[in-house]
Amino acid sequence: MGLLSQQFDNSNIVITSVEGVLNWARLCSLWQMSFGLACCAIEMMAASASHYDIMRFGVLPRPSPRQCDVMIVAGTVTLKMATRVKRLYEQMAEPRYVVSMGSCSNCGGPYWEHGYHVLKGVDRVIPVDVYVPGCPPRPEALLEGWMRLQEKVRDFTLVKDSSKQTTEKQVA
Amino acid sequence: MAAEALTPEAVFNQLNDTFSDYELTYDENVPCIIVPANAIRDVAMQLRDAEEYAFDYLMSLSGVDNGDETLGVVYHLYSFTYKNQLTLKVIVPKEDPKLKSVARIWLTADWHEREAYDLVGMTFEGHPDHRRILMPYDWEGHPLRKDYEVPEFYNGMKVPY
Amino acid sequence: MQEELLELREDIASGIDSGKLRTDEMVLNMGPQHPSTHGVLRLELVLDGEVVVKIIPHLGYLHRCFEKHAEAMTYPQVIPYCDRMDYLAAMNNDHGYALAVERLMDIQVPERVEYIRVIMAELQRIASHLVAIGTFGMDIGAFTPFLYCFRDREFILDIFEKTCGARLLYNYIWIGGLSHDVYDGFEKDVMQFIKAFRPTITEVNNLLNYNKVFIERCASIGVLPPDVGISFGCSGPMLRGSGVDFDLRRDDPYSIYDRFEWDVIVGDGSAGTLGDCWDRHMVRVKEMEESCKIIEQAIAGLPEGDISEAIPKRVRPLAGEIYTRVENPRGELGYYIISDGKGNPFRVKVRAPGFVNLSVIDAISRGCLVADLVAILGSIDIVLGEVDR
Repeated sequence: MGLLSQQFDNSNIVITSVEGVLNWARLCSLWQMSFGLACCAIEMMAASASHYDIMRFGVLPRPSPRQCDVMIVAGTVTLKMATRVKRLYEQMAEPRYVVSMGSCSNCGGPYWEHGYHVLKGVDRVIPVDVYVPGCPPRPEALLEGWMRLQEKVRDFTLVKDSSKQTTEKQVA
Repeated sequence: MAAEALTPEAVFNQLNDTFSDYELTYDENVPCIIVPANAIRDVAMQLRDAEEYAFDYLMSLSGVDNGDETLGVVYHLYSFTYKNQLTLKVIVPKEDPKLKSVARIWLTADWHEREAYDLVGMTFEGHPDHRRILMPYDWEGHPLRKDYEVPEFYNGMKVPY
Repeated sequence: MQEELLELREDIASGIDSGKLRTDEMVLNMGPQHPSTHGVLRLELVLDGEVVVKIIPHLGYLHRCFEKHAEAMTYPQVIPYCDRMDYLAAMNNDHGYALAVERLMDIQVPERVEYIRVIMAELQRIASHLVAIGTFGMDIGAFTPFLYCFRDREFILDIFEKTCGARLLYNYIWIGGLSHDVYDGFEKDVMQFIKAFRPTITEVNNLLNYNKVFIERCASIGVLPPDVGISFGCSGPMLRGSGVDFDLRRDDPYSIYDRFEWDVIVGDGSAGTLGDCWDRHMVRVKEMEESCKIIEQAIAGLPEGDISEAIPKRVRPLAGEIYTRVENPRGELGYYIISDGKGNPFRVKVRAPGFVNLSVIDAISRGCLVADLVAILGSIDIVLGEVDR
């Protein structure tokens, strides 16, 4: 158990909230859909290879969207591909997250002006949680984006949104 | 084979003798041979099969919009036997851009011609599988034409930035 | 069973219906999202049980309009798009484009630039082949060689990064010169890399290439006869794997490749049939050693000089056209550029080796099993950015 080993006097009990433990478990095993589109996919591969080893964050690449929590859109999304990206997103189970990696999938990148066949940003077809800038982003940048996503998962709450509740009541 | 590689001009002169029915012209600026649209298959066959040419390798086939109401197709040939290159050109009018396919002569021309059709929009008669290759099958227009205008929407997705 | 299967394969490949062991035909989609299509290729497979009857490839899922961009940009502005076309061999792509424009404008490039370009292009070739070898192994089911290959590739990327600040897409080779001179200690770094890299080749050989399981998966699979390869316009390791002794660095020399001593590697069919997946794979492995030889000689002969003296202030070639081809890690990369005397090209057509090599897939995989198709696709080594442009 690393830092915690033999630090307690008695056999121990940890007190935490349910969502704290659930979120902790979830953010440490975000499974990624191995789905490369273009140049950024190579940096994504480099991130999962020897030097950067993204697996230490509990990332496991899975080929099927139905087993995944996170989709990394790594590369240029073309109009021909956009419908497929949307379908893949729909096939993923909730809760699902999307990391948009690289300028192309953020906003069209270098293809924004004359790219008649390039979708100018993947957020036009699916919602995006984290944008990683760069053309292509370094593997470190992807890791940073991944940690931001983990922060987002950590903030997930099981408690009902009170502000939303009041508005619903008001409507009723 | 001990024979010397022919220069483009020599190839042109010999071809001109063989195909006296067709009007071949020689452009010495490039240098290339300009072939009429209906003759390209015969000329290509001769260039590939005749022993003195032996152009067995089609390096590239490019569709070009010349910008003056004509479209062009450029063939870059290479001979493994003689290690020389040759350029052929076909020029077709924009209203009726039809020429014969060479996909049965060099198998690589299959995809190259589909690409030229897809992006520039000339029709290759006798092509085994005449479809778009890069753009979606329901796309309208040919993007590499000089007068092409990008559509506002495709399948409900906004195309311009 | 094995013999029956072979017989059936031959029957299917030759179109004979022997009535043996046949089932209904099934159409299966492979891709665009599939772990072993190396990107967004979609193959429509017509299957008879496990046996491939026909393949209909659907491309264009990564069509990024390179040729339109080239027409809209000035000549130097096209170079970053060349990088992004074949993102595993960005240096080679830039090299080809720069050469084409230089020939169009009649620019004589300084010696030092030529040497640095060759070193960079060969380092890039090694890096690209390492990815090809690693991912091919992964397709077949060997994960460890992938890690070994990517480990060594990182050293090359470090050298590139120190030189020009980018890991993958460099915009380094400019028309008439380079964006930066190499840093102090570049030669030492490269020589150190080569020294450390040579054992990796042996390591990969022991781990993967001469592994019995690997050979069983690759030998006599996806055989490409030389004449079919030439007719399909294949080039690079694809064609050399079939025993055709053809390398543009030697047969159509560009830059300064004629000054170096090195061999063109061709397949010999020692594992099975000439032109099978294993031959193509081994051409890449052995080519890395040849690239090392070229780099060593280029480093030894690297002259002093100014790298930016030939960079033109205004790139505006006279009206004309040119077809230039260079040897990319995947094969013959051709640029057909038409200039009309203006600041941006009138037409740039790219003859992408991946595009042409891929067109052969239907012809060489008829009658093979679906699992073999994965091996064939891996051995072709396509980069979709370049196939679709």
